[in-house]
Amino acid sequence: MGQSIWQSMEQKGYSRRQFLQFCTAAAAAAGFAKSGVAQVVSAFEKKEKPAVVWMHFQECTCCSESFIRASHPIVADALLDVLSLNYSETLMAASGFQAEKSLQDTIKNNKGKYIVLVEGAVPTKDGGVYCMIGGKTAQSILQDVSKDAAAIVAWGSCASNGCVQAAKPNPTNATPIHKLVNKPVINVPGCPPIADVMMAIVTHVLVLGQLPALDNLGRPKEFYGRRVHDTCYRRPNYDAGLFVESFDDENARKGYCLYKMGCKGPVTYNACSVVGWNEGTSSPIRTGHPCIGCSEEGFWDNGPIYQHLASFPGFGIESTADTVGTVVAAATLAGVATHAVVTNIRKKAVIAEVHADDQKES
Amino acid sequence: MTRIVVDPVTRIEGHLRVEAVVENGVITDAFSSGTMIRGLEKILIGRDPRDAWAITERVCGVCTTVHAMASCRAVEDALGISLPPTAELIRNIMTATQHVQDHVVHFYHLHALDWVDIVNALKADPKKAAEIAQSFSSYDKNTAAHFTDVQNKIKQFAATGLGIFANGYWGHPAYKLPPEVNLIAVAHYLDALEWQKEIVKIHAVFGGKNPHPNYLVGGVPCSIDLDEVAAINTERLNLVGKLISQADEFVNQVYVPDLLAVASFYKDWAKWGGGLKNYLSYGEYPTQGYNKPEAFKYPRGAILNRDLSHVYSVNPRDSQEIKEYIASSWYTYEGGDNVSLHPWEGETEIKYTGPQPPFESLAGYEKYSFLKTPRWKDNPMEVGPLARLLVAYASGNAQVKELVGSTLGKLGVPVDALFSTLGRTAARGLSAALEVQWLKEFYAELMERVKTRETSTFNNEKWDPKTWPKEAEGVGLVEAPRGALAHWIKIKDGKIDNYQLVVPTTWNGSPRDAKKQHSSFEAALIGTPVANLEQPVEIIRTIHSFDPCLACAVHLYDPQGKHLHQISFE
Repeated sequence: MGQSIWQSMEQKGYSRRQFLQFCTAAAAAAGFAKSGVAQVVSAFEKKEKPAVVWMHFQECTCCSESFIRASHPIVADALLDVLSLNYSETLMAASGFQAEKSLQDTIKNNKGKYIVLVEGAVPTKDGGVYCMIGGKTAQSILQDVSKDAAAIVAWGSCASNGCVQAAKPNPTNATPIHKLVNKPVINVPGCPPIADVMMAIVTHVLVLGQLPALDNLGRPKEFYGRRVHDTCYRRPNYDAGLFVESFDDENARKGYCLYKMGCKGPVTYNACSVVGWNEGTSSPIRTGHPCIGCSEEGFWDNGPIYQHLASFPGFGIESTADTVGTVVAAATLAGVATHAVVTNIRKKAVIAEVHADDQKES
Repeated sequence: MTRIVVDPVTRIEGHLRVEAVVENGVITDAFSSGTMIRGLEKILIGRDPRDAWAITERVCGVCTTVHAMASCRAVEDALGISLPPTAELIRNIMTATQHVQDHVVHFYHLHALDWVDIVNALKADPKKAAEIAQSFSSYDKNTAAHFTDVQNKIKQFAATGLGIFANGYWGHPAYKLPPEVNLIAVAHYLDALEWQKEIVKIHAVFGGKNPHPNYLVGGVPCSIDLDEVAAINTERLNLVGKLISQADEFVNQVYVPDLLAVASFYKDWAKWGGGLKNYLSYGEYPTQGYNKPEAFKYPRGAILNRDLSHVYSVNPRDSQEIKEYIASSWYTYEGGDNVSLHPWEGETEIKYTGPQPPFESLAGYEKYSFLKTPRWKDNPMEVGPLARLLVAYASGNAQVKELVGSTLGKLGVPVDALFSTLGRTAARGLSAALEVQWLKEFYAELMERVKTRETSTFNNEKWDPKTWPKEAEGVGLVEAPRGALAHWIKIKDGKIDNYQLVVPTTWNGSPRDAKKQHSSFEAALIGTPVANLEQPVEIIRTIHSFDPCLACAVHLYDPQGKHLHQISFE
């Protein structure tokens, strides 16, 4: 018998106030406005703990590791309170066909209602022999567990787009999950995804009982809707044409833009600059390394890490483009430079207007 | 005769399968098989050597950082790049952080439930549990209130199905802890889950994120500047200092006391699971640079036949020392399948010749794993925390000798007890105690350097590929939490020409070599008694003592391949 989240929290001694705080945080994590909290509260009160299975295929377990880094106030209790994690090779105590039984029982008793979380890609070359569990191929196991699932969440770049094992020449034909199943798949790319993003998606799906709005690549818009570049705290340096020229140079210490060091922020959709990593402690760019674009499809083959991008949508806007992009063709460069000059003139005019208004008022 | 199948044992490099033959209640033969391959060595060819750290870091997200480190060292070794001392200190802090976090997570979340009966903890008296815990530790959460709270939590949880704790071997007579000690361990299981996410913030400070923080060939990516808001400044350093203090408390007031308390009830496990008699450690934590292993905190060396009076020197560049066989592996070598190759000459030609899935057993197959079989001077070697401690002990390291001696004294067991499943698990805790001590030392040294403004973190002399020789080869050695790890690289015309990794689980978990010698897992299982074939907790204990990280799925067969019936325990 399942229990509502509220019932299980109440029994654990959480006060109603703490419960509401939890709901508020969950709603915030799921991108709800304050008015949406009521919806979360009722979802928590009514819903039984949903059954979840967590599968591992071609992966490095960084997604599981990231998941346990989640820092929500009671995330350590997520496993006890929010979901019924009935199968997880990483954490479950059971061994043997006691473990297998947990998986099969969950699938049988929750037809059409359980959620499958997948970590890893699936190799399809040579009949799938490059990833076998219990003598069965990952491919056949995936078919088995996804058949009656309500939804599938593809954790990380491996499950979403193949990641490192799918990099050229992709020796095992590692394939992302959405290409192998006929079900809605929520892609949560990143190597790994940010812990609190993972937890928020769990909340969205398991607590609110709805699929988050997805973009055309199946990624939740709430976390993958903006480029790292557009939310980057170093963006003003880019706009001003202030760049790091070499690691640990004076510009690096000042926190200038890492574009010239190969930053893939301009072509990467992720929440690193907004949510931050490890309870917001930092992010790759904040620590002085260019974004390697780990949430983008085929990122291992998008040119060397330290080679800067030649061009990207919106390239050069608000920047002194003549100082960047040695790979950019001369014609493009001229066009971009002209654009930047025009934009800067416009911006200066706007600033001048604001100053004039200020003076009128004082 | 019964053949027991343990599959999967995942994490370090995907999926691991163990098959064990049991006769008259004792394991007489064992087969360790890696059943997942990604082909990363092939993927690396032709890429920029400066990118290899990021690609190889994705070998493992549990011991994240160690492959990145091995890769940076291999490239730096090949190109003759020396590291600024501050960058070396930061790398030491990153590595020690990884070890401490990894050892704690292994003990509580991957190994403890082999020894701790969570269901039995429900019978405990929380007040008595608090008295016991307070008798060996000053940890401030060891209170009756906290233990009551945890017990209630588990009770409520158990009422609605046990989730990840369902269907364990609860009630098996091999569980010997009193209810109160079980409760203490369960409470600390949850506390450790909370704490492990804190210490890795050190990786976020210096490397931007965890798992998979960023590294850099020639140094570390972060910059230190006390006058800059966007650099590592006093606020960031204070945060690291606080996290190290917390780690010190958790290791010394929670992990190590729990380990000793639990071990004292399982002294019979000092008899089993010893396995190989040879130990290898590459050494770690340079204090005067990577090329001075004699000044490492953990020394480099090898021990043969458990003879602690002699430590052999190890040279990873010598083509006759470390070599890999594929006699039992799903690969082919150009020169035939019975030769062994030094990694610089290594080949990775995959050729699966095992049974077509779905299959029940690997019995009768000469080749049975995706792991190659590494050997040192043709000897199988155990690697890991135990090997590290033994090499340090045999090298006469006073700090290690004192720590090991006092621990053996507390448990009242002889030095031979180290050569066992129990010894291996204890060694991991002692490693954590040493590493948290060194973490404090490295941090103090870092603060000294900051004070004197000697804070360069990157050597850019050879960053530009134009400065590189036409051809170069290098080797990067690291002690990962699970043991000796090395990357061998060959660079040609600025690109990777060959890249070979020999990782700890390859040493420990590999199949037989051409001479039919077992590696660590197989050797350690042979001779271990299994009381109940339905619940082979003994196999799980020994395999987990090597930290291959997983609750395994075990299938039981009789020789005719018929499934034995499951017995359910209420």
